[in-house]
Amino acid sequence: MRQDPEPCTALLRARGLVKEYKSGGGSVEAVRGVDLEVGAGEFVAIMGPSGSGKSTLLHVLGGLEPATRGEIWLRGKRADGLSPSAWAVLRRRHVGFVFQFFNLLSTMTVADNVELPALLAGATPKQARKRREELLAELGITAKADAPPSRLSGGEQQRVALARALANEPSLLLADEPTGNLDSANTNDVLRLLRRAHAGGQTILMVTHDAKVAGLADRVVNLFDGMIADDARVVPAQRLKGQRRETAIGNFLELSG
Amino acid sequence: MTTVPPVPAAARLRPADLAGLASIGLRTRRLRAALSALGIALGVAAIVAVLGLAASSQAALLNEIQALGTNLLTVGNGQTFGGATAELPPAAPGMIARLPGVTAVQDTGAVGGINVYKSPLVPPVETNGLSVDAATLGLPAVAGTSVAQGGYLNAATARAPAAVLGATAARLLGFDRIRPGTRIWLSGGSFGGQWFYLSGILRPDTYAPELDAAVLVGFPAAQRYLGFDGHPSQVYVRTASDPAVTARVDGLLAAQANPENPGQVTVSQPSAALTAQADAKGALDTLFLGLGAVALLVGAIGVANIMVISVLERRQEIGLRRALGATRGQVRGQFLAEAVLLSLAGGACGVAAGATATAAYARAHGEAVVIPPDAWGGGLAAAVVIGALAGLLPAIRAARLSPTRALWSI
Ligand SMILES: Nc1ncnc2c1ncn2[C@@H]1O[C@H](COP(=O)(O)OP(=O)(O)OP(=O)(O)O)[C@@H](O)[C@H]1O
Ligand SMILES: [Mg+2]
Repeated sequence: MRQDPEPCTALLRARGLVKEYKSGGGSVEAVRGVDLEVGAGEFVAIMGPSGSGKSTLLHVLGGLEPATRGEIWLRGKRADGLSPSAWAVLRRRHVGFVFQFFNLLSTMTVADNVELPALLAGATPKQARKRREELLAELGITAKADAPPSRLSGGEQQRVALARALANEPSLLLADEPTGNLDSANTNDVLRLLRRAHAGGQTILMVTHDAKVAGLADRVVNLFDGMIADDARVVPAQRLKGQRRETAIGNFLELSG
Repeated sequence: MTTVPPVPAAARLRPADLAGLASIGLRTRRLRAALSALGIALGVAAIVAVLGLAASSQAALLNEIQALGTNLLTVGNGQTFGGATAELPPAAPGMIARLPGVTAVQDTGAVGGINVYKSPLVPPVETNGLSVDAATLGLPAVAGTSVAQGGYLNAATARAPAAVLGATAARLLGFDRIRPGTRIWLSGGSFGGQWFYLSGILRPDTYAPELDAAVLVGFPAAQRYLGFDGHPSQVYVRTASDPAVTARVDGLLAAQANPENPGQVTVSQPSAALTAQADAKGALDTLFLGLGAVALLVGAIGVANIMVISVLERRQEIGLRRALGATRGQVRGQFLAEAVLLSLAGGACGVAAGATATAAYARAHGEAVVIPPDAWGGGLAAAVVIGALAGLLPAIRAARLSPTRALWSI
């Protein structure tokens, strides 16, 4: 669909990505030359020991931290040279973030939290409210719309964070240990929602410590000491694209019915 | 090389959204916000009250001048080259009345050497410093006063031993109303003394304060009972109410009153002096303005302080907003708006307090309440500018925070 010199269907591509943190006198290379491609609609899990650079990689890929070296291509376009503000504008439409500690704004209601990305992207308050109502209904938290986040359980908070990340229908969802702070029941809840989003065509890049959680992904990338040690598909790559779409539609119909 | 739909341009937060966002920070920390806005409120209140009080008392005086008219001119005794008092010729009032544009002429003549007492028993040294003047029959209206008690002199009482007291004279002699048969004792020098019956008391005269301390008697009575020589000493002239006419008459009065020695005549326009006085009242009380400025400075520091703390406390929020797609400019705008909103709220309270103080003071002094637009507009504008200045540095710091640093620092 894109006319690239080297044809590239990847939604996200990193080439020789390096992230070096300077702290005090010395410097730490948290990411040391990562090459990664994530196709549209793929669900990729990133695993690895603590300190191996998983979060750093996610932050650099989403533009929260500038890369020290290397290339980032998002939707076929170079993104590594963008200014912080250009990255912010890019994130509005194309990158959603979910964090381990939910990071909901405690001074706003659940509804306001979910509306925020749409408002930042320039939607009218009316459009933002409509989208928020859809999302909260989809994720089953409509009843808590006017509550402050602190009144919600961890699982509910993470569902709200997920709704917020999906508010602008981003091309790419980056999730950093989304279940890392949840008990098993809530973990299952959130995973079910992630899977459903994935079934709806959502591209997901998720960091996790939990092998069971990683098992839901199409692909597991193992990071060790800032480098990719292993990159393996969990299920046959020949999943039928068309079939998945139908399943997705079926799922949503089932929900709204 | 690629055809990717363009990224939407940085959407600007609409002012209403910005105000809503900014007010969140304030609503969730009410007490602290209120305390830091207090300094701004005090400063603005002081400035508004100073400007309001000055404007109110100025307006009161200008209103009075308006009511009394600006067409009164007075002609008085001057000085000879030797330094002695130069008396007006007896014909002066009549001559002045002939000037075109003059609508009324009244005059008084100082009766020298006579003192006023409540009774012959009062020791002669207690004169109260009152003067005795012969006065014409239409004086009060022309000189800008009216009768408060009793009645003024008329054709009959002007020939009789009857007197009208100026407001101060009545107070000093201890009269506050006229009862039948009330009288005062006039005596002095070779002249033995004479009872004068009180006919009336005048209201205070803004234009001719010399009448307040005067005891007025008729010209014939003064000549008959007090040995008065009949020379007018002060002539009160009203002109047509066109300022141009007043100015022209003003220029001609000296020569008309004393054609032989125009230089020995004093001509003045009481309203002009009062207008100058009104301008002086409109001038500002620099001490209070200075205090207001200091309070504003303290308020600015308070706002800057709360904003610095707010940025520290809300690092997580800032990081999150950046992650969700807020640009640095939007983060800066949010904190700047918060500082301005805080400061503006303080300013609005200050304007209200300053206006209330002005109203209370003006009411107590029977003046109309005037809050000049400069005062409240300037107060609010100052609040906005202060908020923007105080919020600038914290806002820039907030925008500089790295999104991840802001997210993970708890
Ligand atoms: N802001 C920073 N400044 C300096 N060093 C950092 C910074 N952030 C991370 N690091 C370092 O980079 C390395 C990778 O950190 P990162 O947080 O990416 O690991 P991780 O794989 O996410 O670990 P965990 O599983 O514990 O979350 C670590 O050695 C860490 O100390
Ligand atoms: Mg991590």
